[in-house]
Amino acid sequence: MRPEGNLAHQNSWEVCPQPKEHELRLILPATDAAVRRGLQTIKHGLEPNGLAADEVASLEIVLAEILNNIVEHAYADHPEGLIDIRLSQADDGLHFLISDRGNMMPGGEPPLGLQANLNCDIADLPEGGFGWFLIRELAHELRYAHVDGENKLSFRMAIGQKR
Amino acid sequence: MKLTHQDFDDVRVVCVGENRIDAACAIQFKDEMRALSDSGPARILLDLQNVEFLDSSGLGAVVAALKAVRHGQRLELAALHPTVQRVFHLTRMDTVFTIHTSVATAVEGIANAS
Repeated sequence: MRPEGNLAHQNSWEVCPQPKEHELRLILPATDAAVRRGLQTIKHGLEPNGLAADEVASLEIVLAEILNNIVEHAYADHPEGLIDIRLSQADDGLHFLISDRGNMMPGGEPPLGLQANLNCDIADLPEGGFGWFLIRELAHELRYAHVDGENKLSFRMAIGQKR
Repeated sequence: MKLTHQDFDDVRVVCVGENRIDAACAIQFKDEMRALSDSGPARILLDLQNVEFLDSSGLGAVVAALKAVRHGQRLELAALHPTVQRVFHLTRMDTVFTIHTSVATAVEGIANAS
């Protein structure tokens, strides 16, 4: 099957441009409660990196949105699904690769996440659609592919850079 | 979801007892807020001082709470943690809500204005 998404050109995910040392890997059940615990584990695991409070905030926002989406959409009909999170610190920030075996993103691409129009009556304000906007505001080099039944999303958070 | 409230002359202060409003509790928050605004006075102040994290589901639930108030009733926010403030700012929802730095300033402001 032809891989979909903007990573279709990349033949192997094993070729990682970033150093493998200091890699953190976490495999979570796809539930709201496990995502909450996983976020705490990752924040705790990154404490030695000495990230600033606003860097941790950006990271938690992006990760929470991505993981919630996997629970709610990718694994909508598969409550027993697993989420695999890998992260490693490089000179230019924290690199993430998040995989799941749930439903492919609609159209094989992550949503654009456009800024919602708020110049409207209160009754017409949007109650959703903020997630991908936040992800795209805060994450860099976001790439997605659906390969061999697996969703792979990679991105970089420009935090914890070596100065 | 732990929501406690305290009524003053013309304002009901609703305090969120949890440290997160996220996908796991957003619907419950929305329903409980609706019940508290239905039975409340013209002004509802949501005290977020305990809330260290709010995701897009939580933001959606706070917007839903705003949309659920009666005609002529207001929902205002107080004491946002930096991460919560960040989510409101990035999504520009800080332009939709009246946000006070603390409950004390919000309630004091009400007292001074009357």
